Formats: sequence, structure tokens, C-alpha cells
Amino acid sequence: MTIVNPPTTTKKDWSTDQEVRWCPGCGDYGILTAVQMLMPELGVKREDTVFVSGIGCSSRFPYYMNTYGIHSIHGRAPAVATGLAVARPDLSVWVITGDGDGLSIGGNHLMHALRRNVNLVVILFNNQIYGLTKGQYSPTSEVGKVTKSTPFGSVDHPYNPISLALGAEATFVARTHDTDRKHMIEVLRRAHEHRGASFVEIFQNCNVFNDGAFDKILTKDARSTMLIPLRHGEPIRFGDAGELGVVAEADGSLHVVDVAEVGAERLLVHDEKRDDPGLAFALSRLARGPYEPTPMGVFRAIERADYGTQVNRQLLDAASRRGPADLGALLRSQNTWTV
Amino acid sequence: MTDTATPTGRARKALDSVVIRFAGDSGDGMQLTGDRFTQSSALFGNELATLPDFPAEIRAPAGTLAGVSAFQVKISDHTVLTPGDAPDVLVAMNPAALKANLADLRPGGTLILNTDTFVERDLGKAGYATNPLEDGSLDGFTVYEVPMTSLTIEAAKTTGAKPRDAERSKNLFALGLITWLYDRPADSTLAWIESRFAGKETVLAANRLAFKAGFNFGETAELFESSYEVRAAQLAPGEYTNVSGNTALAWGLIAAGQLSGLPVFLGSYPITPASDILHELSKHKHFGVRTMQAEDEIAGVCAAIGAAFGGHLAVTTTSGPGLDLKAEAVGLAISLELPLVIVDIQRGGPSTGLPTKTEQSDLLLAMYGRHGESPLPIVASHTPSSCFFAAIEAARLALKYRTPVILLSDGYLANGSEPWRLPDISELPDISVPFADGPNHGADFWPYLRDPDTLARPWAIPGTPGLEHRVGGIEKEDGTGNISYDPVNHEKMTHLRAAKISGIAKDVPLTDVDHIAGAELLVLGWGSTYGSIATAVQRVRARGLPVARAHLTHLNPFPADLGAVLRRYPRILVPELNMGQLSRLVRSEFLVDAKSLCKVQGLPFRTSEIEDAIVEVLQ
Repeated sequence: MTIVNPPTTTKKDWSTDQEVRWCPGCGDYGILTAVQMLMPELGVKREDTVFVSGIGCSSRFPYYMNTYGIHSIHGRAPAVATGLAVARPDLSVWVITGDGDGLSIGGNHLMHALRRNVNLVVILFNNQIYGLTKGQYSPTSEVGKVTKSTPFGSVDHPYNPISLALGAEATFVARTHDTDRKHMIEVLRRAHEHRGASFVEIFQNCNVFNDGAFDKILTKDARSTMLIPLRHGEPIRFGDAGELGVVAEADGSLHVVDVAEVGAERLLVHDEKRDDPGLAFALSRLARGPYEPTPMGVFRAIERADYGTQVNRQLLDAASRRGPADLGALLRSQNTWTV
Repeated sequence: MTDTATPTGRARKALDSVVIRFAGDSGDGMQLTGDRFTQSSALFGNELATLPDFPAEIRAPAGTLAGVSAFQVKISDHTVLTPGDAPDVLVAMNPAALKANLADLRPGGTLILNTDTFVERDLGKAGYATNPLEDGSLDGFTVYEVPMTSLTIEAAKTTGAKPRDAERSKNLFALGLITWLYDRPADSTLAWIESRFAGKETVLAANRLAFKAGFNFGETAELFESSYEVRAAQLAPGEYTNVSGNTALAWGLIAAGQLSGLPVFLGSYPITPASDILHELSKHKHFGVRTMQAEDEIAGVCAAIGAAFGGHLAVTTTSGPGLDLKAEAVGLAISLELPLVIVDIQRGGPSTGLPTKTEQSDLLLAMYGRHGESPLPIVASHTPSSCFFAAIEAARLALKYRTPVILLSDGYLANGSEPWRLPDISELPDISVPFADGPNHGADFWPYLRDPDTLARPWAIPGTPGLEHRVGGIEKEDGTGNISYDPVNHEKMTHLRAAKISGIAKDVPLTDVDHIAGAELLVLGWGSTYGSIATAVQRVRARGLPVARAHLTHLNPFPADLGAVLRRYPRILVPELNMGQLSRLVRSEFLVDAKSLCKVQGLPFRTSEIEDAIVEVLQ
């Protein structure tokens, strides 16, 4: 039997008195509301919660959460949060970043926080554009993107954040989007419950500089045939009546198929707990961009010891092995002589 | 000089000091040889100072000048502050080592040469057209020719080691020979060999036999007409250990953790010559020291900032190139007003520069190397052992004033060592500071409401109910800490941050001036030039010239009386291992006519260089 304590705080307790300054209509509002609604249900205290961000529109997030918070510098939030999480394994530490902050200037830190499996929830707001600097293309912008810095169209190939996280062997990797609060809350709840680094990509609309970037998959009419819900242990199928599905070929590639044509028994059964990240990676490659059927939900959720716990275990082991700290003994740890 | 006879009937001459340089290929183990000789001399009771000097390449091409690695040590029966200007003895394991170091040997000095390497191939690699053993070019020196390689291989024959492996113990042969020649106790080195090579029987045996063979060679071969002894120095009573600057610095950080009652967190990325601090700290986890080898320099400092926010004594260690990379994050720590110790073990620059060589060229980087108005305190160590106290002082200022502090050391201090009389731990300062534990503005908590005396803001750490707050790099409103773009507030905050740092001048000792009656010249220094400057000043005073001397530990802010001190002297000379960085600071701060004595060769000053400059200024 699971005992669930009723929440003792409300969304209001987790909100600050600061005026929220995102552009009217920004997808960030929906994410903020989802997080503020989720927090009272998680059983953590406000004083034990820290939001850490870098630079960019999304990185204003900590100012609106009535918790401890650090608005750090561009790209470095995962590094700041790693130090905090290792120093203080008792805290619930959240990283708020964006596609420019987390994948461009801070790509290195994100990769290493995931590989180390630092106990963090990393939420990457992906709007495929630089908003705060007023509309340059980002490392997730599609090829050919015309922006102020690419008047003839961008020529560089974009990152797929989920593939990147899986490549870094993140232990929890998920995707959700800013137009489905319920889905966001459920994915973020699971990310919080996971011990180790949880990576959540949120498709987020920038209505000023990149409006409608996800419309092909996120409009009400498109969703049923363009979003592929991932449910652990269930065959992967979607469409109004589940008429579409995903199958794995002998060579490991995945394809979207008409279930009636191949038979339901051929559908791939989603297994987020597979230690080998290969299948999750193949799922992340199913859509070349947010204009093809796109998986949503938890790609991977495996258990692996987290960095902070192991660092602190070494400290405890050393203390029990070598006894209490003795500065005098330290200064005498090399050869000494007396005059 | 008193002479005694040894059991073998040969003379033993007493010396008051000797400077020995061990030189060989970077793969020959010269650093290890020098370090072992130093340790046994320290245990014997000598005063000493060391100068390791090695190439950046782990193994530069064998036998070439680029690959020469050297270790100089001065041992003495009286106080020494420098490793000596010119070696009295040069041990050269190959022709390149001879060629690279011969110019430094004092006239009439002693050469101990591994003759097995003075063959055509090695002579050619070193660029010798003729063999210096035969062409008369060494006539002005006392030369001892010892076939060290072949004697080592012969000695190790019984171990079954292949000649190619046995040959690698020839540095221990050299060590054994010098140990005999200078009458060092052999026991401590033999014990060290046993522990160092424990578990590798063949290697252990080969090294033990090589060391003994070298020792016995000195005693039995009729080559050396006498051995020498340098008697123990009259050190102040106490318990001593021989400590390098990086080890002392690491211990100082651990001590600072104990003295503040805070766990130490180090975020660091490997870089020469700072890595040994990371290595040392990572050994002492039972002190609650967390060390994180970060993915890069930026992550090292950022992780430390995160740990500081969490209530730890946060440290990042690096050298010049790393400090460049950390600049933006240091600015963040200035804006967040969190305690952070940034250790810069300076090396030759710019760019990769001279990674293994010493320089003092990061002072202006530490002072000004960030965008915006971003002052921070700077502390510098001046001897290997003073790194211990400098680390505690840097931590004290960081914690008390909630500010990043840069601690400057350099490659010479980092790798050099000296005997250190262990301090009385009970006399070390209490540097603890309280965390904020409740509202400070009515029922509210204002994260930027300052202590009126120190101007430090409260340090409220996560886990404290009711003090939840957000900090960031954007300008903050005075008091509340809320984001503020108000022009007047920004100016006020800029002045407050500056006043907080300049106010530290009230909290640091006045300038320690070594004055002498009649002195019209002050020699002003900072950092690792201490030994050379102090010795040079002693020497010119011995020549009847009155010269005053002062050495700075606090570079920002300066001691409160420094301007008045400088104005007392018509002439000021500032010797620095850079292009005149401190002199520039004191000139602009105090409008005094400070003259620079600059050296940027990757090496410390020779005492004579400063001595000559002083005499020249006085003329």
C-alpha cells in the first residue's frame, strides 16, 4: 500500500511576487504553470528546492519560483547545478535551459552532467530559435532557416536533443510539449522521481520569433496522427483509432506502418528500461523534425548510481576507514624531524 | 673549514653550503633523484631550497637539449632563501644535460658525468662536434668521469632484469654516489625504495642495488679524493617537515575547512603546474573534502559556485590559461557575492606559453581580467610553506566578505620545497562565519541587505525555511536583490561592491617594512621573488649600503599604509618576473616613481641580478 500525503502547499506558495516578463503568448507560461502546479504534489519542501538556469528567455524561470534559485551565466547551469547537487545531495535541484543555452554554448556541460548521472532534473525548452537576442537561428533550427543572422538560410545540420541525451547515456530521457499541461506534469513528475540525471525536452512555441514551429504536429487536428505516445510495455501505436504503429525491421531501423497492413502482433513494444540505449535512440530518429510523426513521453528510464551519491559515499568510507579529521596528523603525513 | 678522516682514510671536508644540480633526459628520473636527495638532506637537518626545472613534454626526444630536465637544490648549515645562483656541482647524465647546464656552473665547479653516454650518437644529438671529455673544453672544472649506465647494469645483473630495464635505475646510482659524496644518511632513501617499489620485486632489487653500487663506488673507487659534509643548520626548535608549495597550499585549504567549520569543495580541471593541489586534496576525503575533476575550467569554477551557494567552502584551482576561461564565472561570483577561493599557479604566458616554467605575469589578469567593474581581493604566497597560510587568508577574506578571492602562487613555489616548522594548530585563526537563519527586514528576508561594517550580504543556504531567494548575474536592487535596471541603483551597487573590497584594507596587516637607518631605496616585491630579494638586500647591506625592503601578501586591496610607506623612500625598485605589473599598480595608485626590474625567462631571479640592480639604482 502506498501512503500518499495530501499536498500541504498550493501553486500559489510556489509562485513569487515578481512580474512574469515573457512575451504575451509565449509557451513558457504554460511550462511555468505546469511546474508550479506539480511542485505541491511532489512532497518536497520549498526550502529544499533549487532552480538553476543559464541565460536566455527560459532562464528567467527561477525568478518566478518561490524556492532557492540561481540565474547563472550562459550555458553553465548544468555545471553550477552539478556542484550544488554534489555538495548537497539532500536538495531537489532543477536545471532550466534552452536550445541555445543548453545545446550550443553549454553543450559540453549538459553532456557531462548527463553522463555523470548527477541527480538533477534538466528541462530543455526547445523553441528552435534564439529569442532573447531577438531571433537568430539555434542549433535545433531546421536547415534553411532564414533569420537575421542567416538571411540566405542556415546551412548547418540541427541537433536532435533526445538523440544527444541518449548518446550521452542519460538514464532518464523524455519529451513533452507546452500545449499539453497534463502530459507535461506527468513527464516532469517521473523526471523528479528518477534518481540521477533526468532530461526532459519540451517543445515550446516562441510566438514572436518562430511562431508555429511545431504546428505540423501540435495543432488539435494534427496531434492524433502526428504524436506517438510512448507507454512502457505497450505496443507503440497512434492515430484516432490506433490505426498507425511502429515496427522494427531486422536491420534495427524503425518505421511507421498501417497496423491493418502488418498486423498488431508485429508492432514494437516500448521498453524504456532496456539498458541498451539503441532502441530508444532509434525511436528518437523516427521523426527527422517536427513535421513527421514524433514520439512523445519517456524514451528511457534506467537505474544507475548517481554521481553525488557515489562521491558522498567515498567521503563516508574514508571517514570510517581513517577516523576523524586530524589536522595535526595531516601536517605530519610526510617525513618529519624535530630540532 | 674543518676536515676529518673517513673510515676509508680519505678526507671529509666540511662546507657551509653547497648547490647541486642533477640534469638528465626527462625520462632519466632527475626530478625524483633531486627530490630524494632533498628529503634526506631535510631529515639530516639542513636548511635548503629547491628549483625543479623540467620541460613541458613528458618525453621530449631522448638525448636532445629540449628534453633536458634538471633539479637544483641548495643545502646549507644556515638559513637559505633561494636555491642558489650557480651550482657548485653538476651531475649530467648525458651530453645534452651537460651542454644545457654547463654555462650555469660556477667557475672551478665540479662535474660528475655519465661517460657511457659520451659517445658519437649522443654527442651528435646534443650538437657537440667534438667530445668535451677530450677536447679540453672542461679544463676549468673538476671532472669526475663515471660510467654510470654500465655500472648500473652490472650491479643489477643478479636480479635477472633485462639490461634495458636495469639501465633505468641509473638515476639511483647517481643518487647513491651523491649521497656518499655529501655524507647523507642512506637509510631513509633505502626505506623509500622499499616502499616505492613494493610489489615489483625485480624493479625494487635493481633500484636498491643501483643505489648501493653508487654509494659504494664513491667509497671504494679511488676517484674522489674526499667527501664533503654540510652540517645540520641551527633551526629554531620545533617539529619540521619538508613541504612543496602545492602541498602546503592544499593543506592550507583543508585547514581552512576545519577552521571555518565548512566542508571543502574543489571544482578543478587538470593543468600544469596546479594539478598537484587537486591530487593532494583528493586524497583527504576523510576531512569532508569533495573534489570534482570537471569537464573543463569553466565547469570547475561553476561547480564551485554551486557548492558555495549550498554552503561549502568552495575552491577552484588553475593556472593562467584556466583563469582566462574562468573570468566570466568569477564575475558571476562577484555579482552573486558568494565566497570562492580561486587559486592561480602562475606559469609563463601568453597562451600555452611555458607550462612548466615560473612567471608572475597574472597579477594584472587577477586585478582587471573581467568585464565590468569587478574588483576582488588578491592574496599572494611568497615561499613554499607560506602557501599554507595564504590559503587560509584567502578563505578568511572570501568567507567574511562573501567574495571571490584570487590566490596567486607560481610554478617555482608550487614545485619548490623547503623545511617548514609546523605551526601550532591551536594558534590558527577562527575563520567561521554564520549562515543567515531568519528574516532581516521585518518579516522578510532581503538577500542583499548588507552588514554595515563589512558590507557583506547574508549567506542564506538552501534548506533554511523562510529564506528562499533567487540570485543571478543581472544587476540587483540594493537590499531586496530583485532585478533592477535602474541607472542610479546600478551606480550605487557598483560603488557598494567596490567599497566592500577596498574596505578590506582595514582588515589586513600594515606593510611589513624591513627598514635600516639611512635607507633611501625601498625594494618592493610580492610573491616568489621573496627569497632572491631578501638575500640580495642582505648582501648589499653587508657591503655597507643601507637598503630597505618590503614584501606584499595583499595585492588588492593594498595594506592601508602602503602609500605612506612608499612616499618615505626617494627611490623604489620593484623586481618582478613579468614586464612590470606591480610597479604599474603602485605607480597608478600612489603616483610614485617605482622602477621595474623585469625578468621573463621562466626562471626565478638570481640573487646577483637583484644585487646588481640595487647597486646600479644607488649609483
